[in-house]
Amino acid sequence: MIEIRLKLARATGYTLDVALSLPERGVSALVGPSGCGKTTVLRALAGLERTQGRVALGPTVWQDDDLGLFVPTHKRAIGYVIQEAALFPHLTVSGNIEYGRKRSGVDPAVARTDAVIDLLGLRALLTRRPEGLSGGERQRVAIARALATSPRLLLLDEPLAALDAARKSEILPYLERLAAELAMPIVFVSHAMDEVIRLADHLVLLRDGRVRAAGPMAETLARLDLPLGLGEEAGVVLQTRVGERDLQWHLARLDLPAAHCHLWARDQGHATGTAVRVRVLARDVSLTRAPQADSSIGNQVPGVVEALADDEHPALALVRVRLGSGTGTGTGSGRSAAPSGEPLLARVTRRSAQALNLVPGVAVWVQVKTVALME
Amino acid sequence: MSPQDWQAVRLTAALAGLTTVLLLIFGTPLAWWLARTRSRLKPLWAALVAMPLVLPPTVLGFYLLLLMGPQGPVGQFTQAMGWGRLPFTFTGLVIASVLYSMPFVVQPLQQAFEALPERVLEAAATLGASPLDRFFSVAVPLARPGFVTAAVLGFAHTVGEFGVVLMIGGNIPGSTRVLSVALYDHVEATEFDSAHRLAAGMVLFALLVLVTLYAVNRPRREKSAGLT
Repeated sequence: MIEIRLKLARATGYTLDVALSLPERGVSALVGPSGCGKTTVLRALAGLERTQGRVALGPTVWQDDDLGLFVPTHKRAIGYVIQEAALFPHLTVSGNIEYGRKRSGVDPAVARTDAVIDLLGLRALLTRRPEGLSGGERQRVAIARALATSPRLLLLDEPLAALDAARKSEILPYLERLAAELAMPIVFVSHAMDEVIRLADHLVLLRDGRVRAAGPMAETLARLDLPLGLGEEAGVVLQTRVGERDLQWHLARLDLPAAHCHLWARDQGHATGTAVRVRVLARDVSLTRAPQADSSIGNQVPGVVEALADDEHPALALVRVRLGSGTGTGTGSGRSAAPSGEPLLARVTRRSAQALNLVPGVAVWVQVKTVALME
Repeated sequence: MSPQDWQAVRLTAALAGLTTVLLLIFGTPLAWWLARTRSRLKPLWAALVAMPLVLPPTVLGFYLLLLMGPQGPVGQFTQAMGWGRLPFTFTGLVIASVLYSMPFVVQPLQQAFEALPERVLEAAATLGASPLDRFFSVAVPLARPGFVTAAVLGFAHTVGEFGVVLMIGGNIPGSTRVLSVALYDHVEATEFDSAHRLAAGMVLFALLVLVTLYAVNRPRREKSAGLT
């Protein structure tokens, strides 16, 4: 568990009051509008910003003002990458990477420096100087430099914000592989929800120096009371596993373990048993009260309406459905006990919501038109 | 040139070299502090360092003479410690030169340190470098043009000082009779040929130093502190 309890009051009137527990595995994203305090929290984790409170990574306490304890930045086992790569201009690429590795005292073999260099595609750039590198290359060097110290926590502050779309799509796959391959927690600050949705497992929404919401990605994206600002892109992320591949129709069965049901998606070549992250947009989900026999939509799973909220346009509503059949399995109008499957969002017109009597507790059939694989 | 003139050249080089080394040693931490402090005393210290830029050298020399003289606090201290008197000695000249040339060393260093991007120093910290380590492994290499400028200006300015030397050093051959004083002597004695040799030599020296400085210190990177 990464424990963060921070208080800060600046002379300018800006205040920060944050208490967070982030998982020690996977990617946690801090999101929110500028000035919400996400960068301050990250800097406090790194020891670059002095706030009041407590910061601990598992049993390692980095700051505890009650005990008068503050570990300076250079003694924290962190990797820190910011928007502008901040490479050392007087050192070559390999000099930059070695700078932190040497000081961490970690053997190159243990730090897997070579593997990191290959993972980030830097082999051909090692003798170059930062001034001759493109923005994307610099950012990859900065990430490699941070990883070469074998940090226990990787902090990324808008690592893609300074890059154009092409460079972004160059770095994103690297970050995805990092998140998947390294057993090291990553805390990631971003204002770009598409990056966050691709990378993060855990989502923290900050507003005005306070935690507005925090929780697992799927659950938090499915909340209807949060200003996530996704608009047309509202939807959820589901963690699935490839259960079967239908080679005849080029389809893959994606099992949802919690809901005990599955969705079919285009087969992207993932082997059976692979964990796959998928995105289901609210606009691709429709609801019916009875199972449909003659629909072209192949994905039809039972669920129970959990909540409704107005969408941005007055004609539309967002409905949160909990997948899986409750005790009174999805037949007709009967109300059933809440199932415990994955949540899904559906965008329907308010007229349909009224006509179908979509209120919390009602059993429905969920039709999913498109399932987008993210890895 | 006469042996006396050569002696003056050697003495000047020794004085300027020693002054520059001392200023780099003591001026660097001062410049670092001035560049990074948020203290309210910063303007006062910055002004004190810059004073020799605006004061006539004779004013500085006059007060140093009073301070280091037999009745002055510094003079009484050095006498009590058994070090003798400082005025009209080489040591006295070095102390005066350090004070007089200080802004020419501290200011280029301060500008170079101020131009260091904070994020690069922070990056070094996140990579495990202690404050002292960050200074030597990041700040010094990045501020290298500032160090070159500081050393060259400090040396050249000490070579060219006159007013302070006259006040504090006088004209003792082999001890305080530096180039500028020797030149003045030649002119007073209407030895214009000797005066020419020294003066033209100084002009050549100044030109050479500045050309070298500008050639070596061409801005190489986005952020490098050269001459203002």
